[in-house]
Amino acid sequence: MNVVPAPAQTTSMPVITAAFSGALGAFSLDVSLTLPARGVTALFGPSGCGKTSVLRCIAGLNRLPGTCVVAGETWQDGTRFRPTHRRPVGYVFQEASLFPHLSVRRNLLFGAPRDPAAHSIPFDEVVHLLGLAHLLERAPQNLSGGERQRVAVGRALLSQPRLLLMDEPLSALDRATKDEILPFLERLHAVLDLPVLYVSHDMAEVERLADHLVLMERGRVRASGPLAVLQSDPDLPLAAARDASVSLDAVISHQDDAYGLTELSVRGGRFLVPATPGAVGTRRRLSVVAGDVSLAVVPPSPSTILNVLQGRILSAAPLRDTEMTVVLGLGPAGDGDRLLARVTRRSWELLGLAEGTSVFAQVKGVALANLASGPEMTEI
Amino acid sequence: METQLGDMWSPIRLTLELAGLTTVLLMLLGTPLAWWLARSQAWWKEGVATLVAMPLVLPPTVLGFYLLIALGPSGAGAVTEPLFGLRTLAFTFEGLVIGSVFYSMPFVVQPIRNAFEAMGERPMEVAATLRASPLKAFWSVAVPLARPGFLTGAVLGFAHTVGEFGVVLMIGGNIPRETKVLSVAVYDFVETAQWREAHILAGGMVVFAFCVILSMTLIQKHAAKAGA
Repeated sequence: MNVVPAPAQTTSMPVITAAFSGALGAFSLDVSLTLPARGVTALFGPSGCGKTSVLRCIAGLNRLPGTCVVAGETWQDGTRFRPTHRRPVGYVFQEASLFPHLSVRRNLLFGAPRDPAAHSIPFDEVVHLLGLAHLLERAPQNLSGGERQRVAVGRALLSQPRLLLMDEPLSALDRATKDEILPFLERLHAVLDLPVLYVSHDMAEVERLADHLVLMERGRVRASGPLAVLQSDPDLPLAAARDASVSLDAVISHQDDAYGLTELSVRGGRFLVPATPGAVGTRRRLSVVAGDVSLAVVPPSPSTILNVLQGRILSAAPLRDTEMTVVLGLGPAGDGDRLLARVTRRSWELLGLAEGTSVFAQVKGVALANLASGPEMTEI
Repeated sequence: METQLGDMWSPIRLTLELAGLTTVLLMLLGTPLAWWLARSQAWWKEGVATLVAMPLVLPPTVLGFYLLIALGPSGAGAVTEPLFGLRTLAFTFEGLVIGSVFYSMPFVVQPIRNAFEAMGERPMEVAATLRASPLKAFWSVAVPLARPGFLTGAVLGFAHTVGEFGVVLMIGGNIPRETKVLSVAVYDFVETAQWREAHILAGGMVVFAFCVILSMTLIQKHAAKAGA
């Protein structure tokens, strides 16, 4: 009999386990999470649900009884508590919180190791990725809100973290500034292999950035899983929202230059969208709103709708009195990616739809949730 | 004439030495105290803050009276006598420094404490997430951010020590070249009807006070602009 080594050392996929329970003032937190230590994990929920507290506990800024193990390293358990400055985290606060007495360059270098050999995220690359070159000698007071937050992100990255914690980094910014920064964040996630925990209450941000989602409610974890799985779970509030949608990770499979269209493959189907640049094989994220999907039980007659995909009904839940939220699996067997459809209860009954019914989904609108990813960014 | 000028110069030099040394000591003692008062959660910290602030309200003679006892043969003198053969620290320059530290402490601690409090927790948290140890964060973040508080504290501490009279009279007496500082010298010149000397010193003090208050205002204005 061989002794099996401890699983923490042998799992190929590093994980973050964090469990905290206790009171912070009048608020009580009781969470237990196991998260992938790669990609972007969004902590999502209404304000006051404890998202920020979880992040602060992981950084060691707050101390609640519990455990915190990141990629095999114990940061906190019953007896030990590693102080914040000994945890290799980068933390981006809601407000940029730049040091007003230091220039942008010295802010960026504040947490950078003295020895340049220790820089796996080099200064020049961060400056380039975040578009900071022309700001380096400025004082933080003379930057716009968006520029400040970009410097804050750069400063966190240059401390060479092994986990990046972002606490609603965009929520203090107006819509236009958000749209200015989001592409920078997407580029970071595409280029750097750094796990990110991203706190947000804005589903649009989450759709663009996150791979994994943690839904929080009143200090508890309601659900945790891959983004699309949680979005399409009829038992969770996301699928019941008026603007419910599902994200699909797609790959460019064909560029139709004659018609100016791009074909994107997902598991179990293909979408045609207006031409988006990128070589075959480039990853793109699509977002399909439930209200844009209608169902037919026989192949629909030719129409102007570009995207008709075969699928199978996996489950359905009534929404208010008149509507149903239907979860589809794409592909003839329904084992591909999931879609949500919003149909009336009347149609549901007239067409005799039920779990397991084979259907054709007509998709009236497909949005590209993110633009910046793929090979052209990895050349940097 | 020569001796009279010497009579005036000695109190000025003594006063500057006293105020300078007191200010340096107060920065060293007051900074950690102000930091603790700004950050501690201890319920009794406001009690300590009140003790520090007492000289603002107490008549200087009361403070001086207790210091006289504390520095005397049954107080500090009991320690210094076997060591240096000094029965009392009262009526010495060292005694004046000790008295001035207590007397001017609130003027140094309060502005520094305010500056630390105005800064909030965030800069120290940011520094910690950037791998700065608490000590490094204190020196590289808290101290530079609280600079206007340090400047105000230093200027006020220095100026207030220059202006002290009651405490000096109680524990220092009026010993030329040892404890006879400016304020006492003015009093002396008036007592002995040396109006010209009294005028020079008193006028000098007026100009000094004006400059102190003006520079304080300018420091605060500058700090407000830099922080905006």
